Amino acid sequence: MNTTIKIVRYELSDVLRGKWVVAYGAFFWLVTDALLRFGGGTKALLSLVNVVLLLIPLVSLVFGTTYLYHARAFNMLLLTQPVSRRSLFAGLYAGLALPLATAFAVGVSLPFAYRGLEAGHAGALATLLACGILLTGIFTALAFWVALRFEEKIKGLGAALVLWLAAAVLYDGAVLLAAHAFAAYPLEQPMLVLMVLNPIDLARVLLLMALDASALMGYTGAVFERFFGSMLGAAVSVGALGAWLALPLGLALGRFRRQDF
Amino acid sequence: MIDLVAIEKSYGRLSVLKGLSVRLERGRVTAVVGHNGSGKTTLIKILLGLVRPDAGHVVFGGERLRGGFRYRERVGYMPQAADFPGNLTGREILALVEDLRGNPAGVDESLVAAFGLEAELDKPLRTLSGGTRQKVSAALAFRFRPDVLVLDEPTAGLDPVASGTLKDAIRAAREAGAAVLLTSHVMSEIDELADDLVFLLDGQVRFRGRVADLKRETGEAHLERAVARMMTGPAPLDLENAA
Repeated sequence: MNTTIKIVRYELSDVLRGKWVVAYGAFFWLVTDALLRFGGGTKALLSLVNVVLLLIPLVSLVFGTTYLYHARAFNMLLLTQPVSRRSLFAGLYAGLALPLATAFAVGVSLPFAYRGLEAGHAGALATLLACGILLTGIFTALAFWVALRFEEKIKGLGAALVLWLAAAVLYDGAVLLAAHAFAAYPLEQPMLVLMVLNPIDLARVLLLMALDASALMGYTGAVFERFFGSMLGAAVSVGALGAWLALPLGLALGRFRRQDF
Repeated sequence: MIDLVAIEKSYGRLSVLKGLSVRLERGRVTAVVGHNGSGKTTLIKILLGLVRPDAGHVVFGGERLRGGFRYRERVGYMPQAADFPGNLTGREILALVEDLRGNPAGVDESLVAAFGLEAELDKPLRTLSGGTRQKVSAALAFRFRPDVLVLDEPTAGLDPVASGTLKDAIRAAREAGAAVLLTSHVMSEIDELADDLVFLLDGQVRFRGRVADLKRETGEAHLERAVARMMTGPAPLDLENAA
């Protein structure tokens, strides 16, 4: 059997033994269930979108960095065996990203499975699951890159939190500030670019489109609707999310292959 | 069996290894000695591929290593302080490594028995004492009958009985034709086990040659005194090339 698969299998059993990934899935299950029970409909999905957009990057970053620092002894042991650094890296990454994404997908899907899905929401739910899984992959990759960049665990964790704050909170603040400052100018095109540059914002826009909630964004929403509805828009979104996955993963792998253990 | 050729390595501005060459031969125990921080562990990590040298290269069994990893099938390694993933049991570690190596030569359970480890293997490693972890580490290094054994201060932290068991295992591996690299600060132990000696000083080879030649050359019967004499002596001794 392939070395990477052996490592993934080992990491999976290790991650599942620590119960936190189960707790993470249970959290999504509880939140989704509660939202469906008390509200339901588009509102429930919109609230869920906000939870997903904030929580997935945070959890992926924090778990991703701690996991990699925690894996040091394991890495040392494996790299003295006939194991290539590339397959160890792939095993570590899949061993964390897979259970995280699965916990999220199962946690969110379960309540919909037994409470039923309103007509017309299937596409939105599918987009939500796809965005959540992609964000898990992206921010786990970023976490690996941060953890390999900083020797010390405390610094690495701090950097991961700053990264989350920047991507999830500060970026939007800066965008709002810019929008306010340049309110006299046509901002639709620059806004479009700004949204594509941040994976969280891109996911948010895609989800609002899927939920037909673009009216909330006024005229900008109409421009977004036209752009993301087009083939070009779809290609750009997928390309941007793909780049956000590939870039940190490539950087992290490069570091992992060069570094001294 | 193994040649480390003109190895250079620095960490930032700190130059650890300054162009040193070491050879390990089949059926011989080569001891690497030197002060703390003289570069012994870095040398070992370069041999294992854990650390990339800035210059120089490693030749393994006649083939120059270029970032490959297959050769480690033939290497058993015992680190200075066995730092295992703490939530695993010894048995799980042994099974994982066995799974990864595919062990063509079959496994050697003798050290597990000799150390009386059987009962300890089902406990999580973090609950074991340092010495017991060291025994697990030794059992792992010898388990796959490797052609090359790399032992970084193997007896540090072992009780005298376990230490004796390990020394017997080292001798048996040498008889079986393995190339053994050993570091230690205990000169009597090196006197007992080593055929060849490499003395590192400030990242360079201060002495390289047979233990017997060193003793004859310095006129000392005990290795400890011979090494002490060499440390204070004027010029590097390279008996291997002189002979």
